[in-house]
Amino acid sequence: MSEKRSADNRRVMVRLLAVAGLMFGFGYAMVPMYQKFCEVTGINNLLNADDPLRNTQVDTSRTITVEFDANLHGLPWSFKPGQTSVAVHPGELVHVVYRVSNTRDHPVTGQAIPSYGPQLAAAHFRKMECFCFTKQTLGAGESREMPVVFVIDPALPKDVNTITLSYTFFEVAGTLAEPASKPSRPGA
Amino acid sequence: MEATHVHGAGHAHGDDHAHHPKGIMRWITTTNHKDIGTMYLWFSFAMFMVGGAMALIIRAELFQPGLQYVEPEFFNQMITLHGLIMVFGAIMPAFVGFANWMIPMMIGAPDMAFARMNNWSFWLLPPAGILLTASMFVPGGAAGTGWTLYPPLSIQMGIGMDMAIFAVHILGMSSIMGSINIVTTILNLRAPTMPLMRMPMFCWTWLITGYLLIAVMPVLAGAVTMILTDRHFGTSFFNAAGGGDPVLFQHIFWFFGHPEVYIIALPAFGVVSHVIPAFARKPIFGYTSMVYAIASIALISFIVWAHHMYVVGMPVAGQLYFMYATILIAVPTGVKVFNWVATMWRGSMTFETPMLFALGFLFLFTIGGFTGLVLSNTAVDVQLQDTYYVVAHFHYVMVAGALFSAFAAVYYWLPKWTGHMYDEKLGQWHFWLSIISFNIAFFPQHFLGLAGMPRRIPDYALQFTDFNQVSTYGAFGFGLSQLLFLYVVLKAIRGGEKAAAKPWEGATGLEWTVPSPAPYHTFEDPPVLTESKGHA
Repeated sequence: MSEKRSADNRRVMVRLLAVAGLMFGFGYAMVPMYQKFCEVTGINNLLNADDPLRNTQVDTSRTITVEFDANLHGLPWSFKPGQTSVAVHPGELVHVVYRVSNTRDHPVTGQAIPSYGPQLAAAHFRKMECFCFTKQTLGAGESREMPVVFVIDPALPKDVNTITLSYTFFEVAGTLAEPASKPSRPGA
Repeated sequence: MEATHVHGAGHAHGDDHAHHPKGIMRWITTTNHKDIGTMYLWFSFAMFMVGGAMALIIRAELFQPGLQYVEPEFFNQMITLHGLIMVFGAIMPAFVGFANWMIPMMIGAPDMAFARMNNWSFWLLPPAGILLTASMFVPGGAAGTGWTLYPPLSIQMGIGMDMAIFAVHILGMSSIMGSINIVTTILNLRAPTMPLMRMPMFCWTWLITGYLLIAVMPVLAGAVTMILTDRHFGTSFFNAAGGGDPVLFQHIFWFFGHPEVYIIALPAFGVVSHVIPAFARKPIFGYTSMVYAIASIALISFIVWAHHMYVVGMPVAGQLYFMYATILIAVPTGVKVFNWVATMWRGSMTFETPMLFALGFLFLFTIGGFTGLVLSNTAVDVQLQDTYYVVAHFHYVMVAGALFSAFAAVYYWLPKWTGHMYDEKLGQWHFWLSIISFNIAFFPQHFLGLAGMPRRIPDYALQFTDFNQVSTYGAFGFGLSQLLFLYVVLKAIRGGEKAAAKPWEGATGLEWTVPSPAPYHTFEDPPVLTESKGHA
């Protein structure tokens, strides 16, 4: 093998060894690069606390208008929603109030029955807390703010954009002996 | 034995028989590329047998649900060592062996560029093999992490893990030295009349594989060094208790690991690009597109690594990028498969054993490629990650791809190495037994994976029993078939029909212009290429 050829070979070897050395360094350089990349993109940042807990099932891509309605059936009360409508995302927990006051001078017991429009929304309207779950007894001239807490199921059909929640208060005849009808049955 | 033949040829041809000692010292001190190639191939076969025996232990345990023969810890060690030994001990040294034997003869060089370093590259391997196998016998046993050596387990294991790390270091050094040698040989020692674009395809695949190895083996060395320092020197690269991140290891490992797939596959492509033209009696279709396909596969292989880790919690944008980049690799690979098929189109084909193995490769590697495409889809991979579907996929690529190509290479070049034709009938038996038992072993694993059977677990649910039993029958059949291979090779070394300088009618290339067996020294003076001796 000629001298020139050995020198050529050695030059190629030195270059390739340099590449190997650089790549060994690159393996280590991946450590800060990876940390920087995660920091910039916000992925996998182990040093910061996790985001506060929240409901991850809120479908923010949809907004549903919920309208509130209040009716009385033969009751000498005043009964109104605290707001005529709210805009909510499916999956979001919503608090609303209804105001009721007894205009009589003796206690009256009533039971509110909800209904929904459109009716198919009833299956997707999940009430966590509602004054309609129980009978309400108002003393003479008493006023109250009564809560409704609900979530709209994200499985609500896509074509439903507005839901009307309507309550009708009925006077419960006689005393407490008569059982209330199941409060959440839709349309009852 | 083969040694005598080669040696005798050296005497007949050469003037330097005083230079090399006899007996074992001849092999320890040799700087001859043919001797070193032979040692690489025998080492590779020995490791293939060891790794294969481990695979059979795995399959025996999986013959029935429940625990029969081995403890789960030992099962995990078998999984790990089988993977490491087959990848680093069997497949890679086999192709380095072919490169040592054939590349100098293909390009008309007298030897490798750095003959002494070549000897070192080989003799680093046996210590690494011994470290890996001996680690089974130390307290705590061998590494039980799987060949991917993922932390946190790899930070917690016993001394067997340190032995595996050290073995990987040594194997890496050997690979880098071997690659530098091969790349330098190809770049500097080609016959003066052989431009790069007329080089045989096997040299092209090895040139690019060499670059890949030089680029990624140091990254693996870095990754295992980080594990080592995490274990013993108080660093916290991957140790979450010290603020490290185990997922970082997966990124570094697969930055090496995915190019590694092509380090194994590309030389296999090279062999097939010689065998198919030889037995179709047509030059390879689309030589230039083949070269560009190899180069683009190699380049893309650097930017797809995270498709091995879709479920680590990557953002969707990352998953989509790695998915599309991975699917892109199917394009150059498809070009290659198309070219091989087009080479056979209207060729005068005959089906000797090398051609059978090349066709088996083509057929089964393509299946492995397709299942790879299935797995590249993030949405599908989330379901199939770490199931037997993945095991089936990469065995179609590694065994039916790389190993079958290696068998094709052995049968194709055996006459050149030994001077004797192998027993054609037994060779064909070896092929048919191998391909049938391979499919019995691995095809049902697709179904197991689709049904949800996880990999690397010694026990499984009852409904997986039938397919596992079929798979175990196939695995034992495949293992035993390889003893026939050993017999065929030994028989050809000991004697047999005398091989002509060019035993294959359609073969082209400089290696067929020297007598069979190849003399100890070939092409001391560079040959002059004529038009017909160009690319193989």
